[in-house]
Amino acid sequence: MLDPEGKAIKKSLQKVGFEDVEDARVGKQIKLRLKAESKEEVRSEVDKMCKKILANPVIHQYNIKVEGI
Amino acid sequence: MPKISVIQFPGSNCDRDTKHVIEDVIGCRADLNWYESADLSNYDGIVLPGGFSYGDYLRAGAIAAQTKIGNSLKRAAREGKPILGICNGFQILTELGLLKGALTTNSYPKFRCEHVYLKVNNTESIFTRKFDKNEVINLPIAHKEGRYYNQDPELSELKNSNQIAFKYSNKEGEVTKASNPNGSCENIAGLINEKGNVLGMMPHPERASEDILGSTDGKKILKGMIESIN
Repeated sequence: MLDPEGKAIKKSLQKVGFEDVEDARVGKQIKLRLKAESKEEVRSEVDKMCKKILANPVIHQYNIKVEGI
Repeated sequence: MPKISVIQFPGSNCDRDTKHVIEDVIGCRADLNWYESADLSNYDGIVLPGGFSYGDYLRAGAIAAQTKIGNSLKRAAREGKPILGICNGFQILTELGLLKGALTTNSYPKFRCEHVYLKVNNTESIFTRKFDKNEVINLPIAHKEGRYYNQDPELSELKNSNQIAFKYSNKEGEVTKASNPNGSCENIAGLINEKGNVLGMMPHPERASEDILGSTDGKKILKGMIESIN
């Protein structure tokens, strides 16, 4: 799937000398703070959020990273 | 006389234009209804107008689709009421899952505000039956997130079941890469649901419904929808 912003960044990097850049993709990072007992609980809640609203499965892939428990 | 609800979200900006066309040009009744308090059971048809609901935060249409009007729209669609989503309305309908696929940033990522030609691909729906098969019409677009994206098998299903309402084309009706303003797959500018009562389209029919605006092609879409009621 075409990512126009990523494509512009890739071209720009190549122009200033980083010729090894083969691809660049731009995404969104959403930081959340949750009340939870465990990392598993956070992961499962955030996964539900991604499915419900944060990501659109037609155009997005997502990763969840849990910190601070 | 049929009653049409034009839903207002925080950030809608084509709501009053749409009401004006339905009432003053077509002569039907249209109410502006705030999304939180709209009772769709009182209406025969619904229009989701253009604009930037919730500032296009997260993704265009994503937050509006999660509000409680979402469930009311799903119910109205099930009941067979005609629903037209224009521009941001189309984005909301895909986010709701009432239309398949997604709309994302234009392939050349700038806001495009101009008149385009569309080939009418489906002339059997309530929205498009006033057109001749393959008729070329002229409507304005105004969007930055209008690139329709989908993949097979869903894309083939849409083609096979004649759900593609409009395709971006040139003046001669040729569907070409050069006539595609946003990189939409298959040059898709408008889609109909399987049942035929929901249409989503990026171009603005309400901005092309009076001679003074240079085109009246849009009026046929709204008129077709309204005349289907009763």
